Amino acid sequence: MTALTLAEKILAAKAGLDAVEPGQIVVADVDLAIAQDGTGPLAIEQIRALGGDRLRVPRAIFFIDHAAPSPRAELSDAQATIREFCRESGAELSDVEMGVCHQRVAEDHARPGDLVIGADSHTCTAGGLGAFGTGMGSTDVAVGMATGKTWLRVPETLRIEVDGELPPLVGAKDLMLTVIGTLGADGATYKALEFGGAGVESLPMAARLTLANMAVEAGAKAGLIGADEVTRSYLEERGRAADWRPLAADPGAAYEATHRFAALGLVPVVAAPHTVDNVHPAAELAGTRVDQVLIGTCTNGRHDDLRAAAEVLRGRRRAAHTRLIVTPASRDVYRAAVADGLIDVFLDAGGLVTNPGCGACVGVHEGILAAGEVCVSTANRNFKGRMGNPDGHIYLASPYTAAAAAIAGEIVDPRTL
Amino acid sequence: MSEAVLHGRAWVFGDDISTDHIAPGRLFHLRTDLPELAKHVLEDADPGFAAAVQPGDFVVGGRNFGLGSSREHAPRIIKLAGVGAVLAQSFARIFFRNAINVGLPALQCDTSQVAAGDELEVDLLAGEVRDLTRGLVVPFTPLPEVMVTILDDGGLVEHVRKHGGFALPQSR
Repeated sequence: MTALTLAEKILAAKAGLDAVEPGQIVVADVDLAIAQDGTGPLAIEQIRALGGDRLRVPRAIFFIDHAAPSPRAELSDAQATIREFCRESGAELSDVEMGVCHQRVAEDHARPGDLVIGADSHTCTAGGLGAFGTGMGSTDVAVGMATGKTWLRVPETLRIEVDGELPPLVGAKDLMLTVIGTLGADGATYKALEFGGAGVESLPMAARLTLANMAVEAGAKAGLIGADEVTRSYLEERGRAADWRPLAADPGAAYEATHRFAALGLVPVVAAPHTVDNVHPAAELAGTRVDQVLIGTCTNGRHDDLRAAAEVLRGRRRAAHTRLIVTPASRDVYRAAVADGLIDVFLDAGGLVTNPGCGACVGVHEGILAAGEVCVSTANRNFKGRMGNPDGHIYLASPYTAAAAAIAGEIVDPRTL
Repeated sequence: MSEAVLHGRAWVFGDDISTDHIAPGRLFHLRTDLPELAKHVLEDADPGFAAAVQPGDFVVGGRNFGLGSSREHAPRIIKLAGVGAVLAQSFARIFFRNAINVGLPALQCDTSQVAAGDELEVDLLAGEVRDLTRGLVVPFTPLPEVMVTILDDGGLVEHVRKHGGFALPQSR
């Protein structure tokens, strides 16, 4: 038997082959296909162009999360189209109250070993559960929904090997920004990232999802972590014990390269405008005035992330000139944060808690920057114009560092606050 | 791809042109009105581009063109603006795949010598870009066979309609 990486193992199984190798083109069975309110209407148009609304994929879900609830009439019309299509086709609808698609997919849908395609680039988030998740355009996803299949070039795999445990006030976000700073924003284009080693095995699911979520920021097609006991407990907590199966790369699998990181040596880092690989220690950027802090998104809007931010914010107050916006990634995250008092911590700190969803990250609503303003965000992208204004400046950081920036009113290493 | 030789002027952009440069989130509400969205194409990289671009002109990028979002609207509005092809040193994966799916040639080649306003010819059959202003000939990387198949069928939807599913060369 050929030794396979996680990506190769999943794609071989989905293509009905014993083994695959990098560069090979496969037509694979899709387990789950998703789209959101920005890409869904075009996908629906393409499904109709394919000759109707019969969907052959086992599960199709449309999420209304990017502009939720709708801030404009044009978007309300687009969302009405999605609801109507779901009624007609039997596709599942995740409406405005439910939260970000990638968080919802992790909570209730993706299983280890699944092939998940999505008309959203951060579909790779499902890799935290051991699924091959990959972002595509509306047309590819439409074809995936209609036929139940997609074509893929089997990617080379880069192994990201992490040992040791993260130091206090350093998060999975700091690890992943460090990885992206090392690989570069196109360092993994067309490839899969596979995260492993004791430093990854010890991470809880929320942190694993953060790593997988940002694989695309290095250009990767997917970011994968094996399914183990942590995965099993997470699925059990979500009432999905039956969805668990162990999944690991084969010993001796061939990697294009292996990059090693020592978790203990990591420091809080920040990605400065306007590319995600522009990574610097937070301490180097200390003193940069901050107008807005966003804590949330599919990268860092989970309960563990809100708890990390609250750890820094508890008993403190935001700087007078710094807005603090907290956007839970999903309704269940929101509910858990209400139950254990995290929402009170944010309110007491002078923060604003929004409804779950993509929030300010995509530049549609709920926190568009003014010209010249600086935002420290726990999101995954700091591109020019990302938060609704090409003259805004976005710095990406962990929930610890973002919370610390809200208190200090400027970028600061959270360990020095 | 209807014509084998495309002819137009170069609009030069730098490295890391993201889908937010091409189709920003603040215009999210125009995604269901692509002709209107196309009036803003690449606005955040060059505010004058959309109004001045002529049919057949080329978008010339550096490294990692099209990084970011999966929004297929990005290559669609570049095409709607009349652009004949996008040339770049390298493309982000999703943009590249989307461009082929919607019939916008995305060609990987050495663009470092091309300057803004240069008169270019792109010969799709010969596999080369000719910079007539500078007298340069630059080969582009041939498209993968699977993508040529999709393009020849007129795009992915047409491919699937024609064959009743996928009928791709499955190379090893």
